Amino acid sequence: MGNGLGILGTKVGMTQLFDADKRAVVPVTVIHAEPNVVLKRFTQDNDGYGSVQVAYGDKRPTRTNRPDAGQYAKASEAAGKAVSPKKVIREWRLDGDPSDDLSIGSEVTVERFDGVKFVDVSGTSKGKGYQGVMKKYNFKGFVRSHGTHEFFRHGGSIGTRLTPGHVLKGKKMPGQMGNVRVTTQNLRLHGVDAAKNLLFIVGAVPGHKGSVIEIRPATKK
Amino acid sequence: MSAIIADIEAATMKAAPVPRFRPGDTVKVHVRIKEGAKERVQIFEGVVIGWNAAGARSTVTVRKVSYGVGVERIFPIHSPTIERIEWVRRGRVRRAKLYYLRNLRGKKARLTEVREAKAPTLD
Repeated sequence: MGNGLGILGTKVGMTQLFDADKRAVVPVTVIHAEPNVVLKRFTQDNDGYGSVQVAYGDKRPTRTNRPDAGQYAKASEAAGKAVSPKKVIREWRLDGDPSDDLSIGSEVTVERFDGVKFVDVSGTSKGKGYQGVMKKYNFKGFVRSHGTHEFFRHGGSIGTRLTPGHVLKGKKMPGQMGNVRVTTQNLRLHGVDAAKNLLFIVGAVPGHKGSVIEIRPATKK
Repeated sequence: MSAIIADIEAATMKAAPVPRFRPGDTVKVHVRIKEGAKERVQIFEGVVIGWNAAGARSTVTVRKVSYGVGVERIFPIHSPTIERIEWVRRGRVRRAKLYYLRNLRGKKARLTEVREAKAPTLD
C-alpha cells in the first residue's frame, strides 16, 4: 500500500527514442493516461485516513448502474462540466488529507509527473496459462540420458517420508503462471508529453498492450 | 502498430530523407563523436551487409576491414548522432544479408563494382 498519488493509464506498447545527452537509443514503454477524475475524498476526520478515489477510462453511459451514475453526476456538478462514466475506479492512499487541488471532479493528469525521475508501475501480468515447473520456476528438469524415461521436465521429489509426513506449504509446483498483479519498482521515467497525455517509461512494464496500468512516483528512490 | 506509437516514431524520424542504398553498397557514414566538450565528425567507410528495415527504428550494418581486423558497426539511421550517410559505389550482390563476407578475407572478400550504377534516390 504505497502512499502517494499516482495515475491510471493504458499500456500502448514499446518503441525507442533517442537520448541526445547520452547519445543512445532508449527503449521505452508508452503509457497513455487520459486525465483521471477525482470521484471521492476520504479525510482523517471523516474516515480516519486520507485518500482520494479516482476514475479512469471512458465507458458507455448505458453500461453504468444507477448508484455509479449518481457518483458521476455528483462529480459533474462539482466540476461544473460533464464527467462521463469510467471503467476503472481506484483509491490512492495519501499521507495526510487530500490537498485542496484534489477536489471532487478535478483531474489528475500526467503533468504531475513532470520532474519525477523514477516510478513504480503495477499491472496485471500477461497470462501464461498452466505451466510446468521448468518454465514457471526455472527448475532444471532431469538429465536426458543415463536411463531417464518419461521424467524429463519433472520437478523431482516433493518431500520426505514420515517426517513431516506431508508436503511443505508453498512447495513450488506446476500451475497457473502470469495473470497476477505485478509491481515493477524504480523504473526510470524518460519523459512526459502533457499535450498528448503520454508517459515514457524506460524498459518493460507488466501487462499486455491495452491493459490498465497504475503509475506512481517511486517509493524507494 | 498503434496510432500513438506511429506518431511518436514519425516524430523521431529524420526530416531529411535517407538515401536508399542497398546491401553491397559502399558507404561513408558520418558519425558525430563527442570528445570532452568538443564534437567532431568521424567517417566510417565500409560495405553495407544488411538492413534491418523498421521505419524509425531501422538500422544498417556496415562492415570494413581495419588493419586486418573485421569491424562491423550497426547504425540506427535515424539517430541524431548520424549526420549523414554518403553513397560511394554499388557492389554486385545477390542476397539481402551479406553475412558470408565475414568468412572471406583478402581478394575473395571483394565485391564486383556495378559500373553504371546511379546514386541511390532519396526516400
